[in-house]
Amino acid sequence: MNKSLVIISKEDNVATAIRDIARGEELVIRDFGKNLYVKEDIPFGHKISLEDIPQGGQVMKYGETIGRATLNIPRGSHVHVHNIESLRGRGDLEGKNI
Amino acid sequence: MKLHGYLRNNGSIGIRNHLLVIPASVCAATVASRIASQVQGAVALPNQHGCAQIKPDLDITFRTLSGFGKNGNAGAVLVIGLGCESLEAEDLARDISSTGKEVEYLVIQRSGGTLSAQEKGLRIARKLSQHISQFKREPIHISQMILGLECGGSDTTSGLAANPAQGYVSDKLVSHHGTSILSETTELIGAEHLLARRAVSAEVGEHLLDIVRKCEDKAKRLGVDLRGSQPTPGNIAGGLSTIEEKSLGCIHKGGSMPLSGVLEYGESPKGKGLFMMDTPGQDIESITGMVAGGAQLILFTTGRGTPTGCPLAPVIKITGNPGTYTLMEENIDINAGTIVQGTESIEDVGERIWDEMIEVIKGRLTKAEALCHREFGIYKLTSTF
Repeated sequence: MNKSLVIISKEDNVATAIRDIARGEELVIRDFGKNLYVKEDIPFGHKISLEDIPQGGQVMKYGETIGRATLNIPRGSHVHVHNIESLRGRGDLEGKNI
Repeated sequence: MKLHGYLRNNGSIGIRNHLLVIPASVCAATVASRIASQVQGAVALPNQHGCAQIKPDLDITFRTLSGFGKNGNAGAVLVIGLGCESLEAEDLARDISSTGKEVEYLVIQRSGGTLSAQEKGLRIARKLSQHISQFKREPIHISQMILGLECGGSDTTSGLAANPAQGYVSDKLVSHHGTSILSETTELIGAEHLLARRAVSAEVGEHLLDIVRKCEDKAKRLGVDLRGSQPTPGNIAGGLSTIEEKSLGCIHKGGSMPLSGVLEYGESPKGKGLFMMDTPGQDIESITGMVAGGAQLILFTTGRGTPTGCPLAPVIKITGNPGTYTLMEENIDINAGTIVQGTESIEDVGERIWDEMIEVIKGRLTKAEALCHREFGIYKLTSTF
């Protein structure tokens, strides 16, 4: 496995950090074609965006959707509960257009 | 691979030989635990239910308690009732005795109160304890094992490392014609389509989708965002952002074998292979359901670390997070953190879990057993009345 990140599927637009990664690092990712400039600290186990993800866009991990972006997420950002949301089990949105 | 276990009269096998003391209701739980605490090899279930429950919940409680009594890991059973509860001790004892095991019961109100019931119970338990001590381990086959698959206190390493390694073990057991039970319906939300594709029939696939739909609908009917409870704060601190992400990691513990069937909470699998049991994502209730369904052994992956055990079945704890293993080695049996560190493959760790499982089947205690972790909780649909 890559020493910094795990990318599970080629359709994924996020990767998982397998060490604490600091803002300002530039990561070389095998078979990815270009380097990834890290915009924010990414703690062990947390996700980083591999591409720009527009607000409302699908966040992909395991080759499947894990939710939707609630903000524009630039490439190299920390992707977590502050900028993505679940689309399932949302009783709070019942009756509203989602 | 030579394995030895306890052959029960109904054809099931046990890898432990406990005297199980079951309180029919919460009102009998103190007397049951006091009796078990004074008798060699006895364990009591800390039952919180059994009275003033609606019929569907009472049925779940009965099925769960009865399933524990019938589980191959119980050598003999003593049921304690108060006497006026909805779930009658005599009915429970009769149902469990269909296995051919020694099963006795007593009722506190008819015995004269706490002290009289304890004395009577201790005399019965002493006799049962001596009785089961004569049982010897005999040759068993791995195909007779029912393995429960659990994950809890997950983080992102669970989906990347520990769950795939557990899935490897499940696949290996199923390929040896054994049985494994996947659980936690909540943690299929967002990943159910992947598991449904593996169903042996359209009917099984539809059944699977139906239990997930009902689980999600329940959250919607309550008008709540599931994110208030799933993922948990610990899951989120560990990097999991949504229930979909958690679920996509969770299903890896079910390996890649075809899905043979879908079970109700506490229901025993009919036939061999991989089954899905409809349990909640709450670990203790999920494990309790699988053991009630006959699981003699639980594999439990945990990214954040948890001490959980079970009164009747050994629980093998596995973490995919190397930091958690360092921090909580006293509770964790297997370090699968080597996968994210790049020093071992998923298959390597799967083989280590398999070897550990074989030793535990033979009788070696897990850390949760050695520390007497005996968590127990029965799922319920609604409040008591």
